[in-house]
Amino acid sequence: MMKVDPALCNYCGACVGSCPVNCMFLDETRVLIDEDKCIKCGFCIRTCPVGAISADWWSK
Amino acid sequence: MKRYEYDVLVIGAGPGGSMAARFAAKNGAKVLLIEKRPEIGVPVRCAEGISRDWLDMVDIKVDKRWIDQEIEGARIYSPDEESVIELSAEQAGNEVGFVINREYFDKHLASLAVEEGAELWLKSPAVKIIKEDGYVKGAIVRKFGEEVEVRAKIVIAADGYESQVARWAGINTVLRERDIVTCIEYRMTGIDLDERFTHFYIGSCAPGGYLWIFPKGKNEAHVGIGVALNKIKEPGEVKMYLDKFIEEHPNLKKGGPIQIITGAVSVCPVPKRIVGNGIMLVGDAARLIDPITGGGIANASISGMWAGEVAAKCLKNPGEECLSEYQEKVKKKWEKKHLRNWFVKEKLSELDDETLNKLMDVVSEADFKEISVRAILEAVQEKYPELIEEFEDLL
Repeated sequence: MMKVDPALCNYCGACVGSCPVNCMFLDETRVLIDEDKCIKCGFCIRTCPVGAISADWWSK
Repeated sequence: MKRYEYDVLVIGAGPGGSMAARFAAKNGAKVLLIEKRPEIGVPVRCAEGISRDWLDMVDIKVDKRWIDQEIEGARIYSPDEESVIELSAEQAGNEVGFVINREYFDKHLASLAVEEGAELWLKSPAVKIIKEDGYVKGAIVRKFGEEVEVRAKIVIAADGYESQVARWAGINTVLRERDIVTCIEYRMTGIDLDERFTHFYIGSCAPGGYLWIFPKGKNEAHVGIGVALNKIKEPGEVKMYLDKFIEEHPNLKKGGPIQIITGAVSVCPVPKRIVGNGIMLVGDAARLIDPITGGGIANASISGMWAGEVAAKCLKNPGEECLSEYQEKVKKKWEKKHLRNWFVKEKLSELDDETLNKLMDVVSEADFKEISVRAILEAVQEKYPELIEEFEDLL
């Protein structure tokens, strides 16, 4: 499971543009993730400038 | 579902989208420009530095309302901050000239599009594209919360770094890890700085990128950083680099932030393909950011203008062949330059602080008539021949 912490997220879209499989979508006020398409590369987690994205499978 | 018909649908009302809409409308097309946010130019995701030399070319008249600071030149600091290279606006190219206010600038560009007859919808994200018989033929748009069908002969994707429309259409804008730079910036007030210059810091303070201070008035500036994704291990690390830098600089530490801005930029060569049947990409969506400076406003505006002009010419025949006139123009202007800058970026990002200090020491003391990669390398070769091995391919 991936989570975007709304308390940290700036809705800047950095994660969306970095996703190599285009499985993220920036709504006006939400980041949506299609986890069926996700390949768990972690680009979004590391790209996020404020560290708002986490996942149970993530380890550096 | 409600249905609308236009000649050209432009997705995203940043500089690239507004210029595309403006020039498509000016050349006779019926244009719809859509923006997902409730306000053009907000939230800002930018350091806001531009040069002045391209504004005439795209017919944008300088307006005091969107200039926060006039800039005389750029100062680049070595990692030990012992050497400073000063570049005049003419030498530094992309990033000096003005620090602008995107909230006004973007609205100004959108106004120019509306004045030419383009229609503009706010709070209207594209959620899907319409593709039939191998052609992009419009998009499903959530217009003020209601899904509607917008049919268009040509879609211009100006959706910025996210570049989703392109990928929905099957054009590859995927970035490699090393070509992604993640950024965070504080607009800081109550700081001390020389507001006539933009200031750049390189080295381990910002691996694979740089740190910047772009003045927004006397005691105010954007203090920001970009770090290459392949140099980042921990989530939120880029913020730690910036906070550390501010902590170590008393002239910044004494002030405080009044705004936090985040985002990412691409630092890659020009992609092979930026047009398809019924679709064109402009600006950041087309990955047209300069790989050394990270500057994208000028390139977005120029590419937007060309895309709008070519789109208006290709309405009867909106296939890739007709639209490739735009792609050729873009490649002619940026393909070589961005490849070279990408290469220099790759080399620079591998140098350690000690090497950069030596390089900068030579460059800051040399008296260049003209700053060029070749002139710099020759000066370095004289003093530190061993350093040049790294750059032999460039000489």
